[in-house]
Amino acid sequence: MAAASRSGFSGWLHRVSDSDVWWSFKSSPMTVAAAVATFLIIAVAFLSPVLAPHTPFDPATLSLSDGLKPPVLVSPDGEWAFPLGTDDQGRDVLSSIMYGTRLSLIVSLAAVAVAMVLGISLGLISGYFGGAIDAVIMRVADVQLTFPAILVALLIDGVVRGLISVKRHDEIAIFVVVGAIGLSFWVSYARTVRGSVMVEKNKEYVQAARVIGLSPLLIMVRHVLPNVTGPVLVIATLNLGLAIITEATLSFLGVGLPSTEPSLGTLIRLGNEVLQSGDWWITVFPGVTLAALVLAVNLLGDWLRDALNPKLR
Amino acid sequence: MPDGGADFVRIEGLKRYFDVSAPWLVRKLEGRPRQVVQAVDGIDIEIAKGETFSLVGESGCGKSTVARLVVGLYPPTAGRIEFDGNDMAGRHSRSDMAALRRRMQMIFQDPFASLNPRWRVFDIIAEPIRAFGLSTGKADLEARVAALLRQVKLNPADGRKYPHEFSGGQRQRISIARALASEPEFLVCDEPTSALDVSVQAQILNLMVDLQRRLQLTYLFISHNLAVVYHISTRVGVMYLGRLVEVAPTDTLFRRPKHPYTRMLLDTIPDLEMTGRQRSPVGGEVPSPINPPSGCTFHPRCPFANDRCKAERPKALPIEGGTVACHAIEEGRLPIEDRTYALNT
Repeated sequence: MAAASRSGFSGWLHRVSDSDVWWSFKSSPMTVAAAVATFLIIAVAFLSPVLAPHTPFDPATLSLSDGLKPPVLVSPDGEWAFPLGTDDQGRDVLSSIMYGTRLSLIVSLAAVAVAMVLGISLGLISGYFGGAIDAVIMRVADVQLTFPAILVALLIDGVVRGLISVKRHDEIAIFVVVGAIGLSFWVSYARTVRGSVMVEKNKEYVQAARVIGLSPLLIMVRHVLPNVTGPVLVIATLNLGLAIITEATLSFLGVGLPSTEPSLGTLIRLGNEVLQSGDWWITVFPGVTLAALVLAVNLLGDWLRDALNPKLR
Repeated sequence: MPDGGADFVRIEGLKRYFDVSAPWLVRKLEGRPRQVVQAVDGIDIEIAKGETFSLVGESGCGKSTVARLVVGLYPPTAGRIEFDGNDMAGRHSRSDMAALRRRMQMIFQDPFASLNPRWRVFDIIAEPIRAFGLSTGKADLEARVAALLRQVKLNPADGRKYPHEFSGGQRQRISIARALASEPEFLVCDEPTSALDVSVQAQILNLMVDLQRRLQLTYLFISHNLAVVYHISTRVGVMYLGRLVEVAPTDTLFRRPKHPYTRMLLDTIPDLEMTGRQRSPVGGEVPSPINPPSGCTFHPRCPFANDRCKAERPKALPIEGGTVACHAIEEGRLPIEDRTYALNT
């Protein structure tokens, strides 16, 4: 029991490197590759203000004479200043992708956070109290599941567009997208948490807390919640990939982020408009980035699901 | 032996019914009636300060439900529970209720489920102290937890470990330390040893007896193990299908059992001497508490049952320092005789 008696960071490090999860991580080269890829993409995206060669959405730095330059490696017309080429406005594709990935990640992470908070709270309440409250929440969840995420997002977007002017809409578009994706993802968290809570709440340690007279809120947060985090973590990772895709789809359809502040999906849409004229690089590179990011995140999620499932060990 | 008044804990006409009906829609569509389990069906118990009152009975007779009712995990369907003169269901301010809760705690059956696996032992034991605001500061809290761990014969350094690092017996000690943390006077023990090895059972029981002597604790002890009950109790109540059929001081119960069900239970105790004594095995099964038999619920399995037993619920009669609810005893049809069992030879 030497590991447990150590404290502080070194003790933590020792416990992690000693754990089954770390062993299963190390022994799967694909997972390690996915983790490295995810980490690289995230790091580059969030460091884009430092790393990007251009600031593509500052009109002052753009010049139309740089427009529609092809990538360096495929054409002698390319310039090293724009390694992946430029779009029709003279914006550097590489820099656009870096900024766009950052925005896509921010939106997806925020959406997953919204879904988690909403889903975990409703799941805890539903599972702990049961009865009529449980029935109402779960029926709402059932109804919610019959609407695809895109439809919910279109609905919210439509309502918001009706309520405010177009100018203001571009400013709050990011919140609309986050809210829409968050709202359409909460059900899986709520159901998982509810199931776990219904198992945990009948265990004697929860009853011991009730004998002491702790309030239901304290019991849920202190006792039940820490014991249901495993499955929630898995869903969150898998959901992140899904959220990135959903955001890209919404932006591709034109109800997501505006072209003044493009995410990966917006970039793909903008490139798609000029694809027929042979300028393929404007849409293909953001597409490849999106695919790589989602693939890496999903591989991580799959591994986490198996690693935390004792039955598969 | 009781040293105070005989009413430290008083339970009167306690009932708890559980609705186990199918959902409303299914019931209406299939024309099924409501179904109610009468888990506890009118029980009176008085427990004196400092004694150990045991409840015994087969699985499903409602023993654990009584334990949970007493500590307030379930609200009773009917009846009252009085603790040191306070009606537990009465109106109390938040602080009065907390003061009452502090004085009664529970020890659970399964030491693997009763400790939160994510918490360190220190925090598990400190939780009641924090919840009731008993400590004056961090140093005091640490001293209290260390004292509690020592009291249950564990090392204060064990506080930094997690529950999964301990054996079943050690976990049950942690559970006892947590129950003692709020300095209670009354402990409800719901089969605290039935999940443990026999050798560990004895250690835990001896610890409980020792703690009772030192801290003047009162126990309500739930068990199906007659040997354990004989070892620890001052008085014993025998439960059958949600009702108390017999209450008697331990020695009287094991030497002169009166109710036919008590006699059957005692006949199941194995003895090593192989006395060759004629035993009447427990015949039949416990009927469903959803549809309990009429009159005396034991009549389908009782060799002494007559028509009155089938129709009329027997009342608890005071007899030889205890009570027994049996028509055959009341009418003198069933003679009371001394018996010897492996436990008290």
